[in-house]
Amino acid sequence: MSKIYNLKREVEKPPRLTGGHRLCAGCGAGVVVSGVLRALNQEDRAVVVNATSCLEVSTFMYPYTAYMDSFIHSAFENSAATCSGVEAAYNALKRRGKVDGTVKFITFAGDGGTYDIGFQSLSGAMERGHDMVYVCYDNEAYMNTGIQRSSSTPLFARTTTTPVGSAGQGKKQNKKDLTEILVAHNIPYVAQTAPLGNFKDLHTKSHKAIYTEGPCFLNILSPCPRGWDYPMAQLAQITKLAVDTCVWPLYEVEEGIWRLSYIPKKKLPVEEFMRPQGRFRHMFQKGNEWMIEEVQKQVDQRWESLLEKTGA
Amino acid sequence: MINAQDINEKTPWQDLTPGGEIYEAGTARAFNTGVWRTNTPVFHAQACKHCMLCVPFCPDSAIPVKDGKRLDFNYMHCKGCGICENVCPFPAITMVTGGVPHD
Amino acid sequence: MIKQLSGNEAVAYALKQLNPDVMGAFPITPSTEIPEYFAQYVADGQVNTEFVTVESEHSSMSVCIAAQAAGARTVCATSSCGLALMYELLYVAASCRLPITLVCVNRALSGPININNDHSDSMGARDSGWIQIYAENNQEAYDNVIMAMPIGETPWVRLPVMTCMDGFITSHAVENMQLLDSDVVKRFVGEYKPENYLLKKENPLAVGPYDISAYYMEHKVLQAEAMKAAKARILEVAAEFERISGRSYGLLEEYRMEDAELALVLIGSTAGTAKAAVDRLREKGVKAGLVKIRVFRPFPGQELAKALAGTRAVAVMDKSEGFSANGGPLFSETCSALYDCKERPYLINIVYGLGGRDVTTGDIEKLFGRLANIAETGDIGSVYTHMGQRSREEIA
Ligand SMILES: Cc1ncc(C[n+]2csc(CCOP(=O)(O)OP(=O)(O)O)c2C)c(N)n1
Ligand code: SF4
Ligand code: SF4
Ligand code: SF4
Ligand SMILES: [Mg+2]
Repeated sequence: MSKIYNLKREVEKPPRLTGGHRLCAGCGAGVVVSGVLRALNQEDRAVVVNATSCLEVSTFMYPYTAYMDSFIHSAFENSAATCSGVEAAYNALKRRGKVDGTVKFITFAGDGGTYDIGFQSLSGAMERGHDMVYVCYDNEAYMNTGIQRSSSTPLFARTTTTPVGSAGQGKKQNKKDLTEILVAHNIPYVAQTAPLGNFKDLHTKSHKAIYTEGPCFLNILSPCPRGWDYPMAQLAQITKLAVDTCVWPLYEVEEGIWRLSYIPKKKLPVEEFMRPQGRFRHMFQKGNEWMIEEVQKQVDQRWESLLEKTGA
Repeated sequence: MINAQDINEKTPWQDLTPGGEIYEAGTARAFNTGVWRTNTPVFHAQACKHCMLCVPFCPDSAIPVKDGKRLDFNYMHCKGCGICENVCPFPAITMVTGGVPHD
Repeated sequence: MIKQLSGNEAVAYALKQLNPDVMGAFPITPSTEIPEYFAQYVADGQVNTEFVTVESEHSSMSVCIAAQAAGARTVCATSSCGLALMYELLYVAASCRLPITLVCVNRALSGPININNDHSDSMGARDSGWIQIYAENNQEAYDNVIMAMPIGETPWVRLPVMTCMDGFITSHAVENMQLLDSDVVKRFVGEYKPENYLLKKENPLAVGPYDISAYYMEHKVLQAEAMKAAKARILEVAAEFERISGRSYGLLEEYRMEDAELALVLIGSTAGTAKAAVDRLREKGVKAGLVKIRVFRPFPGQELAKALAGTRAVAVMDKSEGFSANGGPLFSETCSALYDCKERPYLINIVYGLGGRDVTTGDIEKLFGRLANIAETGDIGSVYTHMGQRSREEIA
């Protein structure tokens, strides 16, 4: 990237996700999407794709589109194929002299639309090598249908399909490491980020993803105050805790080179991230200390392995 | 071409867009989500250092910026989540109870 | 130009002449050859289509939807399970009013898995909002593909078009056929010029909203009206097509129906067999006739009622089993088409040819025998029966 990041300059650009959408107050998705779109060069056009999700039903409810760019939503499970179709049309029409100028293609899908039902479509589009960016805004459950578990839901989290009761303690399985699966596609750029601080990390990675030729993938942590059950004003605190506990490490893999974007000065215990969230409340009950220990063990293991991969 | 401003819940089928398409940018701007507010952020311009930290954190693009200056809230879209107050390092934003904009 | 081509090759050749902007490609018997032939055209530089070799039919239809919305002319081909996998997206394509062309090479649906012909795949999609045009033979398969875009892309229609041909029987059999000059085809089909598309510079386009109940019904009425309007447009395009080809097409084809008393209603390649049977019966003095439904969506109800006026007994032949326990889909349509007629013929439903089960002229002559009996006695027996399956009664 040529220019050094400058928040002041970036926020001067007119937002490409407008207000007036119907996401819940304090929803991380609005922050993530406007943050990614802000990384577009102002003069460039874009076509935005959504998978069915909280985001989609909130940002294009007839006749109100919150996008300044062209937009298409087709279904829940096919947003990657949809984006690849728009890119294919662009190539064809450009070749035939029917469109000109730079147009960028960006998909936003939730974790359900990415880790689960849209996984095949995503893998296919990445393998075919379309010049597009796929952004997963990861809020770790199917929020739009009322907080059901996905393969992105973390271990022990309470959702409406992994409830807590006398015989159940939340989700029994681990969160799938989708970012690493995308790395295994050997695409030019894969990164994990979150809305943090002055947005340098999210912005820089989004810009790289948008302006790197070929398929690029961003996995962005997107807190959901409703599903995670924390006070909605605390979005910034929650994401900060996610990265300082190494529950959500920030890193990127560019042309196969792994790079850690952030090492916490003091790595915090996982419970710091978990305590403010109702979805983990049962883990703090007497007798359930083992659950937090288990999560800590896993987070530590993954962090160690990431340190190794990135040579940090 | 049919415009979004001419579409409402009384519009006959003949005057709606085929497939529910919309041919304009950002028509959601005309939709008032400010009425959702139960708490309201209040901007204290004199305390603002224009660091802009609050702007990208607003989920509702309700903090306008012009010529390097952070302007007062756009209350038509602000849902009163309080994220901006939380990230502001200065005493430039306070939350007040209730949904009405301050005056 | 006369050439000997299989149905698949004829369709692929039409697609080459059309040189669409984008094609989504995924193999499934018996339509596989279409993308294969087309891939060779791409490799040989005979077309400059963006040929997207997707990982599933679901993605092939998704690519077509998105590319068409973006302003491209798109095509794809599939069969059976492939069409079934597209099911949700077929509705999306139609409701977004995107005039995609899909060639469905008809094949039985699972299960058990079977690769041979019947119409259960496209009949399962009959209510998805697509225009459906069925071919009797290779020539029609070729002609229908060329007519698809001028029909679907018409601004007051804007609906996707599925052109269907029978798997193997039509797709793999080589026949003599007339091909049009590529220049003539290009001029006939013209450029695709949607008023709005995602890549348009002057204004953005937003496609695929969340539609609340205050609008959904109105959008469906718009879509239903478009399907009604498609009827006239199909005939208009057929008339234009006749001028360049000399071949004439309607919504349905009446064969020796002028004074027919006994008639069949059916779809697709069986019409060839049935015509031969009708000819033989006519020689024997039986007033037999045939109505071949060419356009199933929009359904030519009034036209069919008119064609059947004056008949005494009619067998509707469904090449798909709808499991309604009340007859197949063509039967239901025919019944409702005839409801308002003053003098209705006796009507029976025959489900036949499932999973590639053969039907011969002998079978059809026998069926006319049954109709003759019904006309004479007024006793229709069972209204809805199957034909061609082995059964204890026959073996005994
Ligand atoms: C094929 C299909 N299955 C199920 C649904 C219902 N559905 C709509 S959105 C959604 C969950 C979306 O979850 P996610 O992708 O994580 O996005 P979120 O709403 O959490 O932001 C589901 C299950 C659907 N629309 N389509
Ligand atoms: S449920 Fe969660 S993800 Fe969905 S709009 Fe509300 S806050 Fe956002
Ligand atoms: S309270 Fe929430 S919605 Fe309102 S301006 Fe602040 S961050 Fe934006
Ligand atoms: S964070 Fe506070 S000081 Fe900085 S621009 Fe916003 S209101 Fe002003
Ligand atoms: Mg989710």
